[in-house]
Amino acid sequence: MKPTPSQTIGPFYGYALPFAGGGDIRGGDIRGGDIRGGDIARGGITVHGHVYDGAGAPVSDALLEFWQADPSGGLRGAPGTLRRDPVTGAIIGRDGVAFTGFGRTPTDADGHWTLRTHTPGNGYISVCLFARGLLHHLYTRVYLGAEPSGPLADALTPERRRALAAVEEREGVYRFDIHMQGEKETVFLDFA
Amino acid sequence: MEDPDAAELTGPVFGVTDVSPLDADLTRRHLAEPLGERITVEGRVLDRDGRPVRGQLVEVWQANAAGRYRHQGDGHPAPLDPNFTGAGRCLTDDEGYYRFTTIKPGAYPWRNHVNAWRPAHIHFSVFGRAFAQRLVTQMYFPNDPLLPYDPVLNSVTDERARARLVAAYDHDLSVPEWSLGYRWDITLDGPAATWTEHGR
Ligand SMILES: [Fe+2]
Repeated sequence: MKPTPSQTIGPFYGYALPFAGGGDIRGGDIRGGDIRGGDIARGGITVHGHVYDGAGAPVSDALLEFWQADPSGGLRGAPGTLRRDPVTGAIIGRDGVAFTGFGRTPTDADGHWTLRTHTPGNGYISVCLFARGLLHHLYTRVYLGAEPSGPLADALTPERRRALAAVEEREGVYRFDIHMQGEKETVFLDFA
Repeated sequence: MEDPDAAELTGPVFGVTDVSPLDADLTRRHLAEPLGERITVEGRVLDRDGRPVRGQLVEVWQANAAGRYRHQGDGHPAPLDPNFTGAGRCLTDDEGYYRFTTIKPGAYPWRNHVNAWRPAHIHFSVFGRAFAQRLVTQMYFPNDPLLPYDPVLNSVTDERARARLVAAYDHDLSVPEWSLGYRWDITLDGPAATWTEHGR
């Protein structure tokens, strides 16, 4: 069957898609061995950055989605990202126990976004970027570690490979800027 | 490149805790009924092999009957409706069906060029079994005279692909004395274990 075409997310998704706590996917019952300093002693990590357009201007109305493995590398996820208050129907978010593996956050007026999560056991976080100027969303990955490895990273030039690595600004805090176009264009992936 | 272990071949899961029963009825969120033509929109989410995508999240957002979004960035001088927000969610059922009750959104101007008007449309966000199947798109209404003039719809250059964004009026889906029915099926692309670097 032929796929339904993609269309721009437009400027007005803001009252429909973002939700409170969307950028904090940490769970309370996370195991995963001793990766990354016991996942920074179980407080998890912070990944943040800006989204820039081709002219280098911050994109203030982009939406980012994150999907990732848990610290042991499991990609099963769990329901409950949008858990509801049964009385008001308001989104009260994850229960603090299950690791749903999914996050969503809009950029702020300065084009900045923040994700609080646990270190994925497979080394990277998948990112899906939506913005008014995109007919189709873009996929990239944030690798946590100075030297990304694996089938994707190994296929890239050393320079492009390093561009997929988040910069560790201080212990447990990583920076990853996304450039939608231009000289510094982020490595984007097509899965079609 | 090929990577059968790519995280994007799996994706987020959703369940009964992620939706409330009222989420799928955009006409029952406030004290009174919204203004406008009440409609039911139903369809199936399928993969490229025609298999139903079960238990996945479908989200919608739209303008009110006057063509105004409940968003402070919308400067169109049309009235807000105190009884309409315009956002909804549901999970697909075992056969891949989603179903929303809402009102038909109005057309709205958008300053893209002189006399630029968006045809009536509902924004859709759909999850598949894999993150690589993610889809955000827009559903249009049949026989809308604005369709040929809309650069957003026409950003899809293939005429047959454009037609897949237009719902069908379905008389059997209309509820007597209540609402008009529109049917719109969604087919998700991929996922493919192979990937290429975008644009390179
Ligand atoms: Fe719109």
